[in-house]
Amino acid sequence: MANMNLLQAINSALDIAMAKNDKVYSFGEDTGAFGGVFRATSKLTDKYGRHRNFNTPLVEQGILGFANGLASQGSYAVAEIQFGDYIFPAFDQIVNESAKFRYRSGNEFNVGGLTIRTPYGGGIAGGHYHSQSPEAYFAHTPGLKIVMPRNPYMAKGLLLSAIFDPNPVLFMEPKRLYRASTGEVPEEEYTLELGKADVVREGKDLTIVAWGAQVEMAEKAADKAAEDGIDCEVIDLVSLLPWDIDTVAKSVMKTGRLVVTQEAPLTNGFASEVAATIQDKCFLYLESPIARVCGLDVPYPLCHEKEYFVDHLKVYEAVKASMTY
Amino acid sequence: MAQDKQHQLEIVTKPSFLDGSALQIPMLQILKEDGTVHKGAKAPEIDKDLALKMFDTMQFIRILDERMIAAQRQGRISFYLSSLGEEAASIGSAAALDDGDMIMGQYREQGALAYRGFTVEQFMDQLFSNERDLGKGRQMPVHYGCADLNFMTIASPLATQIPQATGYAYGQKMDKTGNCTICYFGEGAASEGDFHAALNMAAVYKVPAIFFCRNNGYAISTPSQGEQYAGDGIAPRGVAYGMKTIRVDGNDILAVYLATQMARKLAVEENEPVLIEGMSYRMAGHSTSDDPTGYRTRDEEDAWRAKDPLARFQTYLIKKKWLTEKDAEAIFAEKKAAVLAALKKSEKVPAPHIDELINDVYDTPTQQLKEQLEQLKAHIRKYPEAYPKTASRIDGGDK
Repeated sequence: MANMNLLQAINSALDIAMAKNDKVYSFGEDTGAFGGVFRATSKLTDKYGRHRNFNTPLVEQGILGFANGLASQGSYAVAEIQFGDYIFPAFDQIVNESAKFRYRSGNEFNVGGLTIRTPYGGGIAGGHYHSQSPEAYFAHTPGLKIVMPRNPYMAKGLLLSAIFDPNPVLFMEPKRLYRASTGEVPEEEYTLELGKADVVREGKDLTIVAWGAQVEMAEKAADKAAEDGIDCEVIDLVSLLPWDIDTVAKSVMKTGRLVVTQEAPLTNGFASEVAATIQDKCFLYLESPIARVCGLDVPYPLCHEKEYFVDHLKVYEAVKASMTY
Repeated sequence: MAQDKQHQLEIVTKPSFLDGSALQIPMLQILKEDGTVHKGAKAPEIDKDLALKMFDTMQFIRILDERMIAAQRQGRISFYLSSLGEEAASIGSAAALDDGDMIMGQYREQGALAYRGFTVEQFMDQLFSNERDLGKGRQMPVHYGCADLNFMTIASPLATQIPQATGYAYGQKMDKTGNCTICYFGEGAASEGDFHAALNMAAVYKVPAIFFCRNNGYAISTPSQGEQYAGDGIAPRGVAYGMKTIRVDGNDILAVYLATQMARKLAVEENEPVLIEGMSYRMAGHSTSDDPTGYRTRDEEDAWRAKDPLARFQTYLIKKKWLTEKDAEAIFAEKKAAVLAALKKSEKVPAPHIDELINDVYDTPTQQLKEQLEQLKAHIRKYPEAYPKTASRIDGGDK
């Protein structure tokens, strides 16, 4: 075990994957010898050479096009998009190519070796274009897997699973926690199952569902609610596609109340999908309406970030409202 | 490194602009339109067997395209994309490759696939989306793919395969396979961002890739010159990206073969990516959904008909005494019979089983997908007459 922050955990996962299999390649803008703007790919060029870990020209659609081709050839392509906000030039390559590669060919070809790493989320004074949480766009696309870790331990185990999973995986890293989140992480290889939610804390009164950095807000809200005698169960969804309906449904059947929280804007966010599915599965168990605690439907703001941000107080208020409905 | 280069720049003290037409790239032609070899030109070394295989494939694709356009008009298939007039570009280039080289096409390279050995039955099964189609009936006609033949499955979005070719070739280079990737696309697709990303990355990484642009004059109705681009076509872009580049007469199968053969050598032996621009003409509509009379003249089409790649190669072969008119007619008749027979067979083969609907979204179907399929099947059982293609076999043992 070693104390690592989330970036170090990701770096460790990449290091292990590249040592384990020489067909693992890591690339993106500034990710070569420099190690990436966040240093997630530090020292990988020193260790594995500039043909295994390298810079790309500044072209996201090219990065994903290249990555799809490399993965279809049988390699493990780990492509970094520097910020989730800049993934959209690559949207076509991800949605029309990565996601459909196996299906459209009748399994003649696949890009299972593809992993797309990208930092997402706010809380860093990044304004419109360094703060977004674009997971819902991709969660609407059959054929992709989407994983969003909440801490260093989860990040490392999930990234190692993602790289060697036989399906293309979008791995979204909570950049607010890159250095802020630290914890004990095994130095050796380990994997965590994709598609499996994690019950972060058990409770009997109400279920809070979150993913990625937002799990921290859910936990803080649960702490505050506990002071009021409300016993919250907190579930980290971990994977958005496919997502673990059973774990959430089981929890809501027990608690009868659900608050779903996400950083992204309310309308058409993944929280809406969770709410719709759970009302379908748990309708007769519900004691109050399912609440969604999300960002406002505005572009991610700068000077009003604190007001916009889905903090623990907003989640706490939703918990109380649900309990007193 | 970039700074070093800046320091070496020649200094001038008077402003002068390079003209957009400063780089005019000539076109390689070995066979004249009358089928004779240019004086001073040297035909590539192609033996009789290879030449006849190329001719045979051209004949096959010509009759396949003509017959399937007709089949679409009869309502037997939903859609078709022909390569009429462009057979030399795909077949001449495919003939210069190794079978282990990857082919990534757009959707007008059925000639390359036929050259690799895709059978007439395999073509028909895809066109009819039946249960023998390797693509499991999931894509529109002409979206062929075959792993055994190293022919990447075609996708409709334009130019997406170009950066993929760069990535695929990177993997080939790292694995030291000794193979390359050829990537076909049209001059319209070369306006897409993916084209520029791909060529730049290929030149930067020095990958064994051949980018083959079929400049066929039109992107659906948009003419290339003046509306798709203002410059000297696609070839100068290769030079701008720091890549070996050549322009060839795409209707001259010998020029196409020679250029591709040399390009392959550069790609595989020196890791030099190459751009080839083959100048040709799309004799048919963009697809069976398109009517070219709305945007071009009969005279223009006739002028290009005179440059027909198949007739030109046939004349060459006859002059070389490797073929007679009678042989050509016999090959044509044989191909036609094979196409008609396969068509009749394939259109009777049923669609893939409904269970295939959820396979291959992931390596194994998710729980949610299984549930959705069961719901769908329950619905079909309730209204079988509304879903005749699958209702009768829904609970059958097949697959």
